[in-house]
Amino acid sequence: MTSDHAADMTSDHAVDIDKHVRVYITVFVALMVLTVVTVAISYLDLAVPLAVTVALLVATIKGALVAGYFMHLVSEKKLIYAILVVTVAFFVALIALPLLTTSNGYWIEE
Amino acid sequence: MSETTGVAPPQPHVAHEAHHEELGFWRKYIFSTDHKVIGIQYAVTGLLFLLFGFGLMMLMRWNLAYPGAALPLIGGLFGDARMPGGTMLPEFYNELGAMHGTIMVFLGVVPLAVGGFGNFVLPLQIGAPDMAFPKINMVSYWCLFLGGITMLGSFFVPGGAAQSGWTSYTPLANIAGTGQTWWLIGMIFLITSSLLGAINFITTTIQLRAKGLTFMRFPFFVWAQFVTAFLLLLAFPPLEAAGVMQLMDRVAGTSFFMPEGLVVSGQVLTNAGGGNTLLWQHLFWFLAHPEVYVLILPGMGIVAEIIANNTRKPLWGYRSMVYSLVFLGFMSFIVWAHHMFMTGMGTAMAAFFQTTTMIISIPSVVILTALIISLWGGSIRFNTPMLFALAFLPMFGIGGLTGLPLGLNITDIPLHDTYYVIAHFHYVVAPGTIFALLAGIYYWYPKATGRMMNETLGKIHFVGSFVCMNLIFMPMFIIGMAGVSRRLFDAGTAYDFAQPTMHWNVVSSWGTWALAVFQIPFIVNFFWSIRRGEKVAENPWHATTIEWSAPSPPPHGNFVAAPQAYRGPYEYSVPGAAKDFVPQYEAS
Amino acid sequence: MDIPYTVELRRDTGLNNGKIGIWLFLASEVMLFGALFASYILIRVGAPSWPRGDTILDVPLATLNTIVLIASSVTMVMAWASLMRRRFETFRIYMGGTILLGLVFLVVKYFEYTHHLALGEFPRTNNFLAIYYTLTGLHGLHVFGGMAVNAYFWGPGAKLWKTNPVWFTNRVEHSGLFWHFVDLVWIFLFPTLYLL
Repeated sequence: MTSDHAADMTSDHAVDIDKHVRVYITVFVALMVLTVVTVAISYLDLAVPLAVTVALLVATIKGALVAGYFMHLVSEKKLIYAILVVTVAFFVALIALPLLTTSNGYWIEE
Repeated sequence: MSETTGVAPPQPHVAHEAHHEELGFWRKYIFSTDHKVIGIQYAVTGLLFLLFGFGLMMLMRWNLAYPGAALPLIGGLFGDARMPGGTMLPEFYNELGAMHGTIMVFLGVVPLAVGGFGNFVLPLQIGAPDMAFPKINMVSYWCLFLGGITMLGSFFVPGGAAQSGWTSYTPLANIAGTGQTWWLIGMIFLITSSLLGAINFITTTIQLRAKGLTFMRFPFFVWAQFVTAFLLLLAFPPLEAAGVMQLMDRVAGTSFFMPEGLVVSGQVLTNAGGGNTLLWQHLFWFLAHPEVYVLILPGMGIVAEIIANNTRKPLWGYRSMVYSLVFLGFMSFIVWAHHMFMTGMGTAMAAFFQTTTMIISIPSVVILTALIISLWGGSIRFNTPMLFALAFLPMFGIGGLTGLPLGLNITDIPLHDTYYVIAHFHYVVAPGTIFALLAGIYYWYPKATGRMMNETLGKIHFVGSFVCMNLIFMPMFIIGMAGVSRRLFDAGTAYDFAQPTMHWNVVSSWGTWALAVFQIPFIVNFFWSIRRGEKVAENPWHATTIEWSAPSPPPHGNFVAAPQAYRGPYEYSVPGAAKDFVPQYEAS
Repeated sequence: MDIPYTVELRRDTGLNNGKIGIWLFLASEVMLFGALFASYILIRVGAPSWPRGDTILDVPLATLNTIVLIASSVTMVMAWASLMRRRFETFRIYMGGTILLGLVFLVVKYFEYTHHLALGEFPRTNNFLAIYYTLTGLHGLHVFGGMAVNAYFWGPGAKLWKTNPVWFTNRVEHSGLFWHFVDLVWIFLFPTLYLL
């Protein structure tokens, strides 16, 4: 089993990998730029709601790049996507629902 | 393209016993990676902890029936710090109560239902040679073991074991004695065990199922364990995070859950404050609500298998049951605050959680109804596993229905934290799940040992347990509706409104002690049958699912030849067939 | 006894067991860190006042750490890519680089922590510090764990390359997924704690 798999690896995948490596370098540069951007913006002293939104937006883009390209999520199988979608749904519930039950949430009548 | 490919045809699952060097005693029986050995380790551990947790309750029931009375004979064994002169101190009652809950849920039921039955039966039922990650499986058992040792050890630390309920609400748990710290550490071991197990179960079910075994041909038991694994995987981590934060509060002096200026025994605490005490409740119940479905789903799976087998009929509404199961699993993550209706969340959020709670009752009812309808027109065999499985149905029915007023926030107001709640959840877990687990033991014992358990002893066990369970828990609905709070060490002696119901505590207590006596035939049967039970071959129940094609007990590697699924899981009484069952694994 | 699909892909899912296993584990980690983020939000929103991160924490140092961790993610994926190209020695260089960068991250954190502790800024001092130490501490433990696994594949575990190169490559990939996740968590932790 070991030798024929090793042979499989060389042919078509070596070409794929070269393309991938170019993507990795591009993503790395993008991540560096976005890091500088997010730190720079923090010096602008924006109002808290705006600062939070922008910071989380930049972080989400960076996170999406890492997840999509380094973790290969852009080309993953459906099963993995399904597991992650369910997880994200519960993650959102965990963040949102307790917040809504506090007196700082929006839907509380006094 | 992220994967190294190389799609080889699946290897035949050949029992490799002859080709392995014989493993030593320690690698074969103690540090085994074989799912069957691990399953038995989990099951035995779970049963021992169930017994221990039951023992804790038997002690508590003394003070509930006879508040303030000295316990004869054994009262002196617990020392002056806990039972001076044989009379129970409130702190000891709290210790017993917190540990009873913790041990029954996390060290008793889950290890038996998921670790025991899941590990032993699941790979066999899907035709796999073992779990996907056998070494991780072994580690998960030993994490459970360490967690158990930690929890037991906590009884011996100064101040005793955890005393703030199995729910460890802050800020009380924050200021409790050392035992609470041990509880938190123990929980981290137990959570790790469950997470590793969940990863194994899900991967195994998806990847290692036999050829021809599509998802809609799974036995319902497999679906139940599959959904349960997702609940464990995604609901436990927030409790782990909460546990870390409570540890930080207790050990590092942080104030995650502590308000400022809390007064304890006349002293104002000097912590920084600013914490959110309800945060603990959110994180705890985020786990603990899905946890109750972890407690019930494997039991439903077991009951489904036994009912199909002993009615000689396919399950009615299999598809509906599966969709309900998946829907229930999903909904279980967004109902948790029905445990927090009294915390001041405002009417809008209370309405939200009430609504999701009412919605989640629908799939439960669908599953129960389908199981009941499955009996109609069946050729029922009243053997011991079937008796327990049949009893599960009305008992779970009572438990489930009595949950409804708790899930509606208005009716929860008078019932919250009363004995009504205790009765509700015990009906679902005790004559509910535990009956299902007992049914499962009688049912799969021949597969694990090659011998049948004794039917007479089984029937005595059943009748006694069924009567006693109802004697114990039915009166608690009455006590609860009279307004008596839970967790009172003397059952509410000081309260006028509790007086008319005090005598019911005597009934519950004697029911508890009688229940213990009726477990003796089971324990005797369990050990006696290993050597003296009637010997059987692969399929003594004439069942249809794949585990019954393996030898009893199955060897390392499980199957002589790789099984294949040719049809659905419950082809009983097929018109025109030679026998009254056509196994899933038999080619036509 | 051979467990099927440890290396070869199952036809209908297109996956091997380890890939599913690691993603399931990462899903549980999303819920773990998610709970801590939820806690941070609840405590901060309920607090009468909350210090801006940069008034207490060292932003330039943490920016350096962010760059270090992102770079380690690149070297990690390049380590895997090297194995795919059958360049074992290049794998060792990149994997070694990943471990080294992880070590730099932890050393910087060590200096951060000791600096704060010397100033009397303990977890018990206020809830900002409590959540800062807890979140970065748990994250740091994950960095350490990832480094340990990576060190195993760089060192004693590398024997597997000779006997089963495909399996070895896959295991490095799965370890890499964990490492990228740890980087991902930091990408959110950094602005949340230090910049807001």
